[in-house]
Amino acid sequence: MSDEKQPLTRDQMGAVLAQRIGKGWIVNLGIGIPVLASNFFTDEQEITLTSENGVIGYGGLAPEGMEDPDLVNAGVQFTTLHPGGTIVHHADSFALIRSGRVDVTCLGAYEVAKDGSFANWKTVNDGMGNMGGIGGAMDLAACAQRIYIAMEHTTRDGQPRLVEQCSLPVTAPSGVDLVVTELGVFTVQDGRFVLEEHAPGYTFEEIAAVTGAPLVASPDLRRVSV
Amino acid sequence: MGKPTIYASMNEAVADFKDDSMLMIPGFGPGSPHNLMTALYYQGATGLTTVSNGVGFPSADPRMRGLGDLVMEGRVKKVIAAFTASTRPSRAGTAEELIRSGALQAEVTPQGTLAERIRAGGAGIPAFFTPAGVGTLVAEGKEHRDFDGRTYLMETALFADYAFVRAHRADTAGNLIFRLSARNFNPIMAMAARTTIVEVEEPIVAAGELDPDHIHLPGIYVQRLVQIPPDGIFSVNRQAMVGLQQARAASPPGGDLPR
Repeated sequence: MSDEKQPLTRDQMGAVLAQRIGKGWIVNLGIGIPVLASNFFTDEQEITLTSENGVIGYGGLAPEGMEDPDLVNAGVQFTTLHPGGTIVHHADSFALIRSGRVDVTCLGAYEVAKDGSFANWKTVNDGMGNMGGIGGAMDLAACAQRIYIAMEHTTRDGQPRLVEQCSLPVTAPSGVDLVVTELGVFTVQDGRFVLEEHAPGYTFEEIAAVTGAPLVASPDLRRVSV
Repeated sequence: MGKPTIYASMNEAVADFKDDSMLMIPGFGPGSPHNLMTALYYQGATGLTTVSNGVGFPSADPRMRGLGDLVMEGRVKKVIAAFTASTRPSRAGTAEELIRSGALQAEVTPQGTLAERIRAGGAGIPAFFTPAGVGTLVAEGKEHRDFDGRTYLMETALFADYAFVRAHRADTAGNLIFRLSARNFNPIMAMAARTTIVEVEEPIVAAGELDPDHIHLPGIYVQRLVQIPPDGIFSVNRQAMVGLQQARAASPPGGDLPR
């Protein structure tokens, strides 16, 4: 049976991330696609969301008209607190990150390489290391137990974002565990990408053709189910 | 107990601010000392070194000025921040152009390292080791050391001449309480400066009225207090913040996916 090609939507990518998050984990969601995962957590997962600005145990975005101007997430979106949620200052917020309390950091990226390095703080390799937007990504990437990346599979020009080696300055030299793109779900194992799940209608060969590094098929390669 | 000086206006609180000073500016959306920054803009200070999360953009509103305005007018010598430039060239602002031209020095610092450098400054610790940034451009030129088989790099503390702080409540002893995520960098920056000037949202109460167990920052770190006047800046324009949030959400790292 051959399906119609259906690249995953942003929401579906968020849902895939949510599926890969374990019970009781402490989770940091970056802006963009990662934060969409928060719409798909179940109560049974008992997830605690933390944001870099010191909000521990935040919930969904604040409904319109109910925003508290003093309560925002790391994307400066008005958010809410779950019962039991709390606030710490910035240094304590990163103390919990640096000490390894965060089970997974979900981030956007421009490139991920087969060695698990990734780049997300500069779009140009201009030699100006003093210029860029690092935010909390380097602390999170160096210290969280796992790194999940959500990004487009290729650039606007059709160049692969899953690559042999990052062409942009890296955010971390290793550590990516999982990559979700609109074409599928990939793990990084032993210096290569493994296709675990594919978007509806896409074959392994089609996905490998737009991937810039060796790709192997997982023994239980399956269709994404979200 | 020694008490901070309570000033009648923002302008008076920053009147003697010296050129070429180093200034800590907290804020992450909420918790920004907009009133003090506006007063400093009109006070005329120049030659600044600033410590903040981001550099920001010039304000379109003359009643609310900020770091972006000082940068644009060439009154800032150096910025130390987690965001010295947009990650996207298409949204590059004035700060980027000035950095590129060499007119503005910049030190981009991972956000957690930035927070810890400030905390260390306030705690009397000259330097510390962190794994954040190892193997990246920010590690260049820094001392590396291994502890228990893992590589760390040395980062040095930050201590400034001034910190501008935004508090929700204060008493006349300078004890401060912050509200929700407006806390962010405020307490650690207050501790990491020689002169900490606080703008306060609620009416300043007499010492003894705040529950000592609920105080976030003891008044020993506070030198000056000033009440935000009724016509002052209490929260930034909500629509502007929502607009910012939408702009960011529309352009995450990783590109624009079909939505």
